[in-house]
Amino acid sequence: MASHSAVLSMSKIISPFWGGRLGNTVKVFGTTLTSRRNKTLHAPPPAKYGGRHTVTLIPGDGIGPELLTHVREVFRFSCVPVDFEVVHVNSAVETEDDINNAITAIRRNGVALKGNIETKHTMPPSVKSRNNLLRTSLDLFANVMHCQSLPGVQTRHKNIDIMIIRENTEGEYSSLEHESVSGVVESLKIITRNNSLRIADYAFQLAREKGRRRVTAVHKANIISGDGLFLQCCREVASGYPDITFDSMIVDNTTMQLVSKPQQFDVMVMPNLYGNVVSNVCAGLVGGPGLVPGANYGRDYAVFETATRNTGKSIADRNIANPTAMLLASCMMLDHLKLNDYASLIRNAVLTTMNETRLHTADIGGQGTTSEVVQSVMRVIQSKGQLISEI
Amino acid sequence: SMIVLSRGGGGGGGGGDGSGLSSPRWQQLASRPLSLSAGLCGSEAPPARADATFKVTMVPGDGVGPELMTAVKEVFKAGDVPVEFEEFHLSEVQNMASEEKLDQVLTSMKNNKVAIKGKIHTPMEFKGELASYEMRLRRKLDLFANVVHVNSLPGYSTRHNNLDLVIIREQTEGEYSSLEHESVTGVIECLKIITREKSRRIAKFAFDYATKKGRNKVTAVHKANIMKLGDGLFLQSCAEVAQLYPKIKYENIIIDNCCMQLVQNPYQFDVLVMPNLYGNIIDNLAAGLVGGAGVVPGESYSAEYAVFETGARHPFAQAVGRNIANPTAMLLSASNMLRHLNLEYHSQMVSDAVKRVIKQGKVRTRDLGGYSTTGDFVRAVVENLRHRPVH
Repeated sequence: MASHSAVLSMSKIISPFWGGRLGNTVKVFGTTLTSRRNKTLHAPPPAKYGGRHTVTLIPGDGIGPELLTHVREVFRFSCVPVDFEVVHVNSAVETEDDINNAITAIRRNGVALKGNIETKHTMPPSVKSRNNLLRTSLDLFANVMHCQSLPGVQTRHKNIDIMIIRENTEGEYSSLEHESVSGVVESLKIITRNNSLRIADYAFQLAREKGRRRVTAVHKANIISGDGLFLQCCREVASGYPDITFDSMIVDNTTMQLVSKPQQFDVMVMPNLYGNVVSNVCAGLVGGPGLVPGANYGRDYAVFETATRNTGKSIADRNIANPTAMLLASCMMLDHLKLNDYASLIRNAVLTTMNETRLHTADIGGQGTTSEVVQSVMRVIQSKGQLISEI
Repeated sequence: SMIVLSRGGGGGGGGGDGSGLSSPRWQQLASRPLSLSAGLCGSEAPPARADATFKVTMVPGDGVGPELMTAVKEVFKAGDVPVEFEEFHLSEVQNMASEEKLDQVLTSMKNNKVAIKGKIHTPMEFKGELASYEMRLRRKLDLFANVVHVNSLPGYSTRHNNLDLVIIREQTEGEYSSLEHESVTGVIECLKIITREKSRRIAKFAFDYATKKGRNKVTAVHKANIMKLGDGLFLQSCAEVAQLYPKIKYENIIIDNCCMQLVQNPYQFDVLVMPNLYGNIIDNLAAGLVGGAGVVPGESYSAEYAVFETGARHPFAQAVGRNIANPTAMLLSASNMLRHLNLEYHSQMVSDAVKRVIKQGKVRTRDLGGYSTTGDFVRAVVENLRHRPVH
């Protein structure tokens, strides 16, 4: 009884100050959410009910829509418990409504699979890259890409196995540019201690989780003191991981080493722009943009796409694009959703098609079409499904 | 043993070899015939011969539950539906309830993730335990969301035709807390619990459901004018979650007015979301609008599990053994279960057959004004199954 009257009297006292009963609620139950009352929701639970997930699907431009249609077909075929909420982003309009819609959709579902959205350079400079806007709004700070040689693909270098971790939200991609004096443009590259520590810690944690031995920080600290801060943060974090070797390399030398002796690298961590360059070099080393999947992780959200984020406009709608990268990206997504059985089922089928069936698309020297490769993947899934359910 | 393995699908043997409780996850990975066009044609594709069966937990419950389950099994068998049931008889009134039995059901659910269930009758008298088995099962599985899709059946005319609304009910807290005590002799306090976390969760479920099913409006039902704190918190949580769904209209209505509006002009509603007890009342009211407890399917969800049942949960004990129960609701629920399992084709086949029988109007059970028995109805449904294989 005592507590009951306390609630009542408290609500009477507080009522005028909080301007309504909702304030009382917060106060009376003593939750810590008072300060968030008027802000948007902080990481609501993901859309997963009855074991089925809802994932945001952004088809994007170029080859994105066709590749994602194939992913959906393979998912349907394999009975993957994932439903897609398709959100289209029109790259031809200047307003940000579409991309804001997509960002909200990811906020409610937690996870997205996307094709690249074209950034038209003919648009006024005030129009920012949609892809970049999406990554920064959702604070997807870590871009992770795993470059591995595939035995079925002819390349100059064999046995490459590199993990690249790229800071995804600051650095040269700050979108802060201005013309200070007529004819002089300044672009700001931002390196912060917080974000550098965060990405370094992410890299070392991932290295430990995956049983890796060495982390290499890529920088240009000899010229740019901002990179010095980045390097220093990496060193600080490294001291907490005595089981993992830490070294650093200057970015120009890194690219040279990568094309001459890529096997020396294990895990690499770097700021934004270097990450962009290095990941493209590495993708090229193992067979091109059609093969390597990529993931962007933040604290609350994750977005999966192809590693090199190419739009592929010139080969769109011709049934010749390589579906491997997007299919493998969808497997990374399934792993993230803890649907590991489905992920390995599809991943193994993709790798079998690549390495044993050797059904290749034109980009890696084959004769196959996109749909032939996807058919082959499904054929392998079917044979595996039967085999396993009989055990 | 009380576990009965009844094989719904035709085809090969195997399956029921005592692997009952520890069924391999792989069994869920059924795959469909290899054809790219299958996805495009949707349910018009030829019958999918799945290579593996899906295991589903079955709890027939009390009253006419077992008869309804028989109806489901007969229809599944006739339609060659690749689903295998693990049956558990859990009942408080027939002295078939124990901790051990509950654990068996839970273990089966952990493996299968999906169940079909009749009503477990709860006797009204107090025997020292406040929470019924029905409630305990719900809590153990954290089945927080109950969905009842109230949809008029074409061919069966009621006062309101072409109704299409969805009622979403929170069913783990609120008035069903099982917290009651006698504070002073002659004074009983029942605690109604509303928490921010669970209110947000059910609100998000409602909006996610609306998004997935392409619906336009969510209405929160409450009594915040009287329960200013409890229902106020529920209402506030709904409003917060609504911000994440700018394309879906959000409204709220007081429970008493909602009941009146439902019988006067139910067409104004689309998706309704509400706390526990209001949901119970509205579920029954709305089921009555389209033909009663025998025709409206329902389902309950947690993040991991899905349970399919009738929309208005009644044991209908007076009909036991009289062969008069209407199996429509349970058959439609079973069809929804098949859709949840990715068996789109079979799902459509079952619901089409049921709806065709209702529309033809020749075979109707007593509750719909006919003279047919449960058995007649099931036979009529079986005869209406499309592409029924000849046995």
